[in-house]
Amino acid sequence: MARVVATWVVLAVALAFPLASPESYYLSFASRIFVYALAATSLNLALGYGGMISFGHAAFVGTGAYVSSIFLAEGVASAWIGWPAAVAAAALAALAIGAVSLRTRGVYFIMITLAFAQMMFFLVNSMKAYGGDEGLSLPARVTGLAGDVAFYYVALAALASAVYGLHRLARSRFGRVIQAIRENEARAEAIGFPVYRYKLACFVIAGAAGGLAGVLLASHGKYVNPNVLHWTQSGTLMVMVIVGGVGRLWGGTVGAAALLGLEDLVGSHRAEWIASLFPNYQQHASLAVGAVLLAIVLFAPQGIAGAFARRRRA
Amino acid sequence: MSWVLILEQTLNGLQFGLMLFLLAAGLTLVFGIMDMINLAHGSLYMLGAFISAALVQATGSFVAGVVLAVPATAALGMLLEMSVLRRLYERDHLSQVLATFALILILNEAVRIVWGPDLPLSMPAALSGPVELLPGMFYPAYRLLIIGVGAAVALLLYVLVAHTRVGMLVRAGASNREMALAMGVDVRRLFTLLFGVGAGLCAVAGALLGPLLAVQVGMGENILILAFVVIVIGGIGSIRGALVGAVVVGLVDTTGRAFLPLLFGHFFQPRVASAAGPAIASVLAYLLMVAVLYFRPQGLFPARG
Amino acid sequence: MLELNGVTKRFGGVTATDGVALDVRRGEVHALIGPNGAGKTTLIAQIAGDLICDSGSIAFEGAEITRSPQHQRVRAGLARSYQITSIFKRLSVLDNLALAVQARSGSSFSFWRPVATETALAEEARAIAAEIGLSGREATIAATLAHGEQRALEVGLALATRPKLVLLDEPTAGMGPEESLGMVGLIERIRARVAVLLVEHDMDAVFRLADRVSVLVSGRVIATGAPEAIRSHAEVRKAYLGESAAA
Repeated sequence: MARVVATWVVLAVALAFPLASPESYYLSFASRIFVYALAATSLNLALGYGGMISFGHAAFVGTGAYVSSIFLAEGVASAWIGWPAAVAAAALAALAIGAVSLRTRGVYFIMITLAFAQMMFFLVNSMKAYGGDEGLSLPARVTGLAGDVAFYYVALAALASAVYGLHRLARSRFGRVIQAIRENEARAEAIGFPVYRYKLACFVIAGAAGGLAGVLLASHGKYVNPNVLHWTQSGTLMVMVIVGGVGRLWGGTVGAAALLGLEDLVGSHRAEWIASLFPNYQQHASLAVGAVLLAIVLFAPQGIAGAFARRRRA
Repeated sequence: MSWVLILEQTLNGLQFGLMLFLLAAGLTLVFGIMDMINLAHGSLYMLGAFISAALVQATGSFVAGVVLAVPATAALGMLLEMSVLRRLYERDHLSQVLATFALILILNEAVRIVWGPDLPLSMPAALSGPVELLPGMFYPAYRLLIIGVGAAVALLLYVLVAHTRVGMLVRAGASNREMALAMGVDVRRLFTLLFGVGAGLCAVAGALLGPLLAVQVGMGENILILAFVVIVIGGIGSIRGALVGAVVVGLVDTTGRAFLPLLFGHFFQPRVASAAGPAIASVLAYLLMVAVLYFRPQGLFPARG
Repeated sequence: MLELNGVTKRFGGVTATDGVALDVRRGEVHALIGPNGAGKTTLIAQIAGDLICDSGSIAFEGAEITRSPQHQRVRAGLARSYQITSIFKRLSVLDNLALAVQARSGSSFSFWRPVATETALAEEARAIAAEIGLSGREATIAATLAHGEQRALEVGLALATRPKLVLLDEPTAGMGPEESLGMVGLIERIRARVAVLLVEHDMDAVFRLADRVSVLVSGRVIATGAPEAIRSHAEVRKAYLGESAAA
C-alpha cells in the first residue's frame, strides 16, 4: 500500500515539476533521465525479468533513434508516422536478432548479441547519406514537440506507461512464464512451455520499448550518431539496470536517475576537497562510475546474485 | 584489380590476423581454463600500446620501448589478476561481464589521466620504407616485421603449449578443468602466470599495431570484439583454433574491406555499391561468427572433447 | 502406450544407450532398474525430450515422437520428474504447481490480466498439493522445504501437467524409510489414471509397485518381465542383484 502511495506522490511531483521550475536546463535534464530510464527499463525486462544477458540492446535503441531521425530528415514531420515506424523497426530488429541469438545460451548468447549490435553499428556508420560516423543533425523535432515542456510530458508519459506496462506484465501469465524460465529454464520446458517462443517474445517487447527510448533520445537532442549503437552503450544501460535493481520494477528508472544524477553532480558541482587532490577530477567521472560498479559487483553480490539465483553455468 | 593488389591485401590480412591471434590466444586460455569472460583484455592491449609509446619517447628507441613494454604490461596484468580478477572466477558470467566492463571504464580514465587521450607512436625509421618482395611488388617493411614477429610468437606459443610441462598443464586445464584441479595443479599460480602471458601478448600486439592504428584511449574496445569473434570461431580454449580463427578473420576482414566494394561495383549501381560495399565488408567477420555459431557452435577446434 | 526401438545415444566415445527396446503398457507401473552408470537417466532424458537420441525410434500413443521437442511431448501427455530436484526454488509450492497447470490451460501469451485473478489455476494447484501430501504447505517457498517435501513437489510438478504417462527418475532419492513409504503411497494413488515408468534403486518400492521390471546394464536392456521372474533371472542376479545381495 505504501508503495502505491509513494508512486502516486512521485508521479504528482513529476507532473508538477515543469510548472514549478520551467528552467530549461533542469527540464531538459529530467527529460533525459526519463528517456534513459525507459531504455534501462526495457533492458530490465529482457535482462532482469527474462534472464537474457543481452549485450546488444543498444542496437534497438539505436534503430529507433535512426529510423525516426531518417523520417524527419526526409521531411516527414509527423510523429504519428515516424515514431510507430521506428518502434516497429526496432521490434523487427529484435525479432531477427533474437530468433538467431536465442538458439544459443550462456556466453555464446552474450557474444552473439554483442556481435549483432556491432554489425548494426558498422552498418549505420557506413550510411553516408545519413551522416555516417559524424551523425545526423535534425533541424527540428516532430510537429508539436518543439517546446521543452511538451517534450518533458511526452517523455514522462512514455516512461510511466512503460513502467505500468511492466508492472502488469510481470503479474500476467506471460510474466509468470518468463520469470519461471529465468529461474529454471529446463523445468519450464519440462512442464510444457515452449521456452524459445516466450524468450523471443520477451526479447521483442524489450526491443520495441528500447526503440521507443531511442526515438525519444534522438528527438530530445535533435541529433543522433552511430555511437548510440556501440556495445559500450549497451554496457552503460546494463550498469543502470544493475545499480537500480535487476528484475525490480523501478530498477531501470532508479539506475538511470542515479547514474545521470551522479554524472551531473560531479560535473557541475565542484567539491573543493577532491579538487585539491585531483584538480581535473570532474572530467574523469567515468572512473568513479567504474569504481562504484566494480565495488558493487565484488562486495554487494546479493544485489546481483540475489536476483540471479540460477546456477552458475547457464 | 591486379594480382599485386591481391597479394598486398592478403599480406595485410595475414598481418592483422597474426596480431589478432596475439590477443585471442590470451583471451581463449583465460576463457577456456578459468571460464571467465574478461572484457578488460582489450584494455591490456591499450596499456601495452601506451606504455610502449611512452617508453619509446623516453628512450628514443623503438625496440627498447616495445621490448620493455611487454614485461611491464605483463606485470600489470598479473597485478590486476591478483587484486581483482581472481575474485571473479567463481562468479556467474553476468558478474564477470559487469566487473570487467567496470575495469574498462577505470582503465580508460586512468590512462587518460596519466598520458592524455592519445600518444604518438611512429614506426622506426629504418623500417618505414618498402621492401621489394617480388619483381615490381613492394610491401612495407614494417608490416613484414609484424608478420615475422607474429609468426615467431605463434611458433613459440606452440612449442610452449605442446612441448613443455606448463603447456601440458594448460592444455589439461583447458580440456577438463575440474580434473586438472583434482590432480593438484597449483591453480592460483598457473592462472596468474597465464594472465601475465596473455597481457604480455596483448602488449606486443598493441605496441606493434600502434604506429598503424593510432595509440588512443578506447582502442581496446574495438579490437576486443574481434578477438571474441576469433575465439568463438576457433573454439574456446584452443590455441590452434585461435590461430586459425584469427588468420581467417584477419583475411576476411581486410580483403573484404578492400575488394567487396570493388566487387559490388561490378554488379550494382555505383551509388548502391559505394554504400553497401563498405557496410557489408565491415560486418563480414561477424557474419562468419554467426554462421559458425549456427552450424558448429563449439567452434572449429573445440578444446573440450 | 510408449514404445522404444533400437534407441541409441553416444557421447564421444561412450555409448550411453545401446539399442534399447522397451515398452510401457497402458495402466502399468513399469520399473527400470540397473546398476549405477547403466544409463537410466540418459534413457529417461531421451524419452522425455531433454536429449535427442542418435538413432532408433520412440513412439507414444501410436505417434512418433523421436525428434519432437520436449514441450510438445508434455502437451501430448508425457511428463517426467528429475533425479536431481529441479523445481522453481524461489516460488511458493502453490506457484510452482500453478505454473504447470497454467502450461496446459490456454495460452500464456497474455500480458495484461494478473494471474492471481485466475482462481481455477490456484484451486487445481491446491488439489495437486493435497494429492502429493503438501496440504498446508502451499505458501511455503520451495527452497525452504524439507528434502522429502521437495521430492514430492518434484513429482507433483510432473503430475500437474495431467500426463497419461509419467517418467519418475528415482523419486525416493535421498529419502528416509518413512518418506519413501509416502512416495510409494503416492504412486499407488495415481497408478489408476497415469501409467508410470519408474527408475528406482529402492528395491522394496520396485517390488511393491511394479507390474513389470526392465533391467538396464551398460545401456542395454538385458531382461524384461514380472518382478518375480526378474528377481530370479540369472543374468540379472549376476549383473546387479547379485552384487547388492553379497554386499
